[in-house]
Amino acid sequence: MASDPIPRQAFTEQTIGHSRQPSIARWLLILLAVAFLGTFLVVPLVSIFVEALSNGVMSAFGAITNPDALAAIRLTVLVAAIAVPLNVVFGLAASWAIAKFRFRGRSLLVTLIDLPFAVSPVVSGLVYVLLFGLHGLLGPWLQVHHIKLIFAVPGIVLATLFVTLPFVARELIPVMETQGQEAEEAAILLGANGWQVFWRVTLPNIRWGLLYGVLLCNARAMGEFGAVSVVSGHIRGVTNTMPLHVEVLYNDYNFSAAFSVAALLALLALVSLVLKNIMEWRMGDALTQSLAKR
Amino acid sequence: MAVTVSERAAGTGVVRRRHRGPLPGFVPTLGFTMTYLSLVVLIPLAFLVLRASGVSWHGLLQIVTSPRVLAAFRASFGIAFAAAVIDAAAGLLVAWVLVRYRFPGRRLLDGLVDLPIALPTAVAGITLTGLYSDTGWLGAPLAAAGIQVAFTPLGILVALTFIGLPFVVRTVQPVLADLTRDVEEAATTLGARPGQIFRRILLPQLFPALLTGLALAFGRGIGEYGSVIFIAGNMPGISEIVPLLIVTRLEQFDYIGAAVLGTVMLAVSFLFMLTINGLQQMSRERLGF
Repeated sequence: MASDPIPRQAFTEQTIGHSRQPSIARWLLILLAVAFLGTFLVVPLVSIFVEALSNGVMSAFGAITNPDALAAIRLTVLVAAIAVPLNVVFGLAASWAIAKFRFRGRSLLVTLIDLPFAVSPVVSGLVYVLLFGLHGLLGPWLQVHHIKLIFAVPGIVLATLFVTLPFVARELIPVMETQGQEAEEAAILLGANGWQVFWRVTLPNIRWGLLYGVLLCNARAMGEFGAVSVVSGHIRGVTNTMPLHVEVLYNDYNFSAAFSVAALLALLALVSLVLKNIMEWRMGDALTQSLAKR
Repeated sequence: MAVTVSERAAGTGVVRRRHRGPLPGFVPTLGFTMTYLSLVVLIPLAFLVLRASGVSWHGLLQIVTSPRVLAAFRASFGIAFAAAVIDAAAGLLVAWVLVRYRFPGRRLLDGLVDLPIALPTAVAGITLTGLYSDTGWLGAPLAAAGIQVAFTPLGILVALTFIGLPFVVRTVQPVLADLTRDVEEAATTLGARPGQIFRRILLPQLFPALLTGLALAFGRGIGEYGSVIFIAGNMPGISEIVPLLIVTRLEQFDYIGAAVLGTVMLAVSFLFMLTINGLQQMSRERLGF
């Protein structure tokens, strides 16, 4: 590819120009795809904001600044503020061990890290109820010692940790693998210690991948519903995160308030998507390569 | 582990270098990774299986083959599969159009494909319910045509199709972008029609990726909860999905029943993971990555 005198993009455009596909068929396919994406993605997205503003801006604003809604926002931010940094530390440690070293059981470890992605969110919450719930393994002991994990904030944090565990590790492993370790080895030979190598050599090289992982991890941590719903107990103002608050409002037939809080979450999703696209553009080929490797 | 300790005791970093390379930090990072993963994921999951394995075979059979549970499995698997098939077809079309054609708004649509993953599932759930209910933007015309979507299995299908779409598009897209076009062009020159090129040249090359995407969407659909429960109507035996049934069992303090169903779901997820890993291996071999 490096010796290719024609830049790849130009080559692609040129080939398209020469494409012998009749243009009617082309436009028909484009129309079909746009119509599908329009109905399935754009219309729902637009409808969230229309429903949120159906009773006016003030009503939507009131729904978001309601004490229960504010408590839900605070809890969501708190849970993400605990879960995301922990999973960042995990992701850094896991990707260092997996990408820089070869050992027995390495591919099994990668599979196990991916497990939370494959498991139903409900099961992710269920496991903690079975451990710490009233009738769970440690339930009676916890009750005697007046420790409440389930239907309380710690349970929500645990369920969120479980669900978002793979995000950072999954982004970093391929990035670290494609970058190899010549730079790190050189630094070691020049006398740097492990931490210096990590902070001065590795971290600057993986910063976009890390940021990308943090972004996805945070979006999921703030938006998780199934796992958190199982362990939360839905206590208003206490154990309701924003997605749970949306559910409570909706089940109360308070639709415009539900959609107002939902619109806030949709905004978060949109910001995440925009940042994600900017980062993909910044990371360019490095990311495309790592994605293709999966 | 023992090897590393003895090497350290001998004080010969050179020997270690031959084993693991010169970089430090293998033991602490791997140790932390294993400990954290075990505490957060593996031990809780192991305990789920342990809890379910306390049930006798007879009891297990009784739980899994009760009519309500069987109906929920049928609904979850059947509808998730149908949604994955729709996603495979629509996702292939979307990936094709996004990769091969240039048109205004292409980049915007490309970015929006990930919306179902980025949007919290509860938000997707209430939004789709609103849209497809009898008074909704899409539900009203459909109801006039006699098609009820919200609060029926059809509603579950819509939600799972929404959730699964990005998995197919994002798996097919990079493979499609990497295909060289000389074979297609040669076929065109030799007089092949677009339909023939699609069936004989493109589909065989895209098939592993398409199957991977379908499996990812299918697997995600089986476990999906948030986007489904609002639109499903949750009628036992008709539109009740397995994850909801687990939640119901938990709310009735039937921990054993919940654990058994959870274990079945866990086993299914594991099977899906292994299948998908195998498919990706196949895809890599076929394309010579």
